[in-house]
Amino acid sequence: MVSHINSEERQKEIAAFERDLERIKDGRGMLMLALHLAQNRFGYVPSDVQRIIADTLKVPLSTVYGVVTFYSRFTLIPRGRCDLSICTGTTCYIQGAEELLKEAEETLGIKDGETSPDGNFSLSTTRCVGACSLAPVVTVNGEVHGRMTVQEMKKLLADLKKQYLSQPESNEDK
Amino acid sequence: MSMTFEKLKEIREETLNRMNLRGFPSDKPNAPYRWSVAICMETSCMSSKSPQIKQRLLDLIVRDGKENEIEVVGTGCFGLCEAGPIVIVRPGDTFYYRLDVEDIDRIYESHLLGGEPVRDLIYPESITDDGYLSYFEIPFMAHQERVALRSSGHIDPEDIREYIALGGYEALYKALVEMTPDDVIDVITESGLRGRGGGGFITGRKWRATQASPGDEKFIICNADEGEPGAFMDRSILEGDPHSVIEAMTIAGYAIGSDQGYVYVRAEYPIAVERLEKAIGQANDLGLLGANIFGTGFSFNLEIRLGAGAFVCGETTALAASIEGRRGMPRSRPPYSADKGLWGKPTMINNVETFANVPYIILNGAEAFKKVGTENSPGTKVLALSGKIKNVGLVEIPMGTTLRQLVEEIGGGIPNGKAFKAVQTGGPSGGCIGPELLDTPIDFDRLAEIGSMMGPGGMIVLDEDVCAVDVARFYMDFIVDESCGKCTPCREGTKRMLEILIDITEGRGDETSIPRLERLARTTELASLCGLGQTAANPILSTLKSFRDEYEAHIKEKRCPAGVCKALTNNLTKDD
Ligand SMILES: Cc1cc2nc3c(=O)[nH]c(=O)nc-3n(C[C@H](O)[C@H](O)[C@H](O)COP(=O)(O)O)c2cc1C
Ligand code: SF4
Ligand code: FES
Ligand code: FES
Repeated sequence: MVSHINSEERQKEIAAFERDLERIKDGRGMLMLALHLAQNRFGYVPSDVQRIIADTLKVPLSTVYGVVTFYSRFTLIPRGRCDLSICTGTTCYIQGAEELLKEAEETLGIKDGETSPDGNFSLSTTRCVGACSLAPVVTVNGEVHGRMTVQEMKKLLADLKKQYLSQPESNEDK
Repeated sequence: MSMTFEKLKEIREETLNRMNLRGFPSDKPNAPYRWSVAICMETSCMSSKSPQIKQRLLDLIVRDGKENEIEVVGTGCFGLCEAGPIVIVRPGDTFYYRLDVEDIDRIYESHLLGGEPVRDLIYPESITDDGYLSYFEIPFMAHQERVALRSSGHIDPEDIREYIALGGYEALYKALVEMTPDDVIDVITESGLRGRGGGGFITGRKWRATQASPGDEKFIICNADEGEPGAFMDRSILEGDPHSVIEAMTIAGYAIGSDQGYVYVRAEYPIAVERLEKAIGQANDLGLLGANIFGTGFSFNLEIRLGAGAFVCGETTALAASIEGRRGMPRSRPPYSADKGLWGKPTMINNVETFANVPYIILNGAEAFKKVGTENSPGTKVLALSGKIKNVGLVEIPMGTTLRQLVEEIGGGIPNGKAFKAVQTGGPSGGCIGPELLDTPIDFDRLAEIGSMMGPGGMIVLDEDVCAVDVARFYMDFIVDESCGKCTPCREGTKRMLEILIDITEGRGDETSIPRLERLARTTELASLCGLGQTAANPILSTLKSFRDEYEAHIKEKRCPAGVCKALTNNLTKDD
């Protein structure tokens, strides 16, 4: 898994993250923000990063872990470079979101909540991104694609596969 | 910078003078635009390429040196999001819909240069025998009345000057300079404004309680968690008119004696967060936030806090826990937030839309606000209309408008010749309202009377192809996911109810299923700690009330009348 990378790149990311933390550490109630910063930078909140947060913000590690595991946006496994999310809010559900999810699971070979072993794709579901007028909706790295049909989902997945599988892997050891 | 009333007026007039094509005539227009083109820049239209349309139009204008003739404004939502991306050309409010990026070339050439609207790109229902209806005259806009959304679609939400041009921050001036905190609370109380976040609690009373609560540090929180699936009213207000919320929170801070506010926004709304950040920055730069506002000595600081995908964090005590950096679990009340809220200090929490009404009330008075709406639910309500309905989007109606008017007239009815089945209100805490109750007026009390609830404003229309039992199962699945697990009735009760519903939809229901559901529903309602558990059974109870025969068809005949439940689709469906 990508979680055991040990490149210079990662050290740099950690250092940058520590600088981010320095900037916010004196504010009140900064744990959530720190976790968002970590999730955005690393694609998940690994345990060494949890420890850094605990030490810098002076909160118990157990609290950090407790908060990470409470909120669905924080993950303990890395999100893929392409993070695909299917909205399963009510409007999207009655307009056929389940079919889209099934299509994505079959094509990518991963289930809701998983990341592909090569780190390219992750799949998740959300409950409404507020674009219900375009239901059913999927997001790719946060960008909204509306009025999806199974046909268009097939096309989107094919495009994404082309885009992400042709790019050389980033310099992460596995 | 410190702000004075003179400076505010100066900005107002200066800016208004260049907005005269947008329906705000000014005495001395200083921008001789021939056309003003408004392009919707909210989540829904943006995902269908409105930013590219805007850029392409700007490029054309620069190419031909038409900057002084054509104004291009990125605005908030117009309402009929389903027809997006929407472009409106003024004067005339000509309504172009579902545009492709290249279409803007034709509009530019023909309409903006040649004065000839492009007929085939215009929204069909706005075409008449002798011309075109303005956007505001189309059937979708009938019955609508814009108070909370008063500036959306007219101004560029990223430009504080345009907000000021329409009277923005004058309510703040009036409150700080001409009114005492008690005056402010009196007006809000008199207006009868009730919380738009779902509960319908009288806003002025909550402000009063927090003001009266002893403590030298108090907080104002804006609840922008909007966790109800199918709802996007608050997102839209934040994206289309963020300053209305900032101004209102500052007024609330003055009224209750707080100098610190937080907006708790769900992380699923990146554009809203970005707009709000920008707006806070601009307000700080102009001295409309920060220290010594209008030289009165009153200071107010505003920060954004992000949620992280937990529905229960919309509940006030869980929300406070989340801002503090803890797991978002509710606690029992009392003590109420007004006494012990964020960090144990007196805290006043209102919903986004509740706040958006406040500047209007301060500026125009309680009477003006009460002119619209019903006696016990004055004002308007913003609703997100979606699902199996023709006109999908955001509407703002006077309270008291009936569900039938909403569905048939504003919504334009059910597409594809299908029959109306129900409208779902209140999300996982609400219920399904069947056809027999369509004449119910939309207001807090009347919806509660029929066993549903107003909720925050998501209105999801279901047609005959939707299975009522499956909808109940869907919501229970949602609740089981989102229950925080702190108290047993909710944690276990909802799981058991879900199991029974799955049994029914998969053909394993028996004569004990419904009585067991009803018993569990009662226990969960009575014994749960917070609103999530207390209302969790509503989707079941309301569908049982209107669609009991459908439950029975699943149980006794092993048949899904709507043909949705896959395990039962081999058995005859669709009234065969
Ligand atoms: C489980 C749960 C979720 C809630 N979610 C929201 C929400 O997303 N937004 C909101 O404004 N209120 C939500 N509420 C209601 C709030 O607790 C609170 O009543 C409201 O924010 C008060 O503001 P108002 O008086 O202006 O409506 C929720 C309540 C519960 C029990
Ligand atoms: S009712 Fe449900 S969500 Fe609320 S505290 Fe209990 S377990 Fe948590
Ligand atoms: S339900 Fe999917 S975007 Fe709202
Ligand atoms: S988002 Fe563009 S009209 Fe609503």
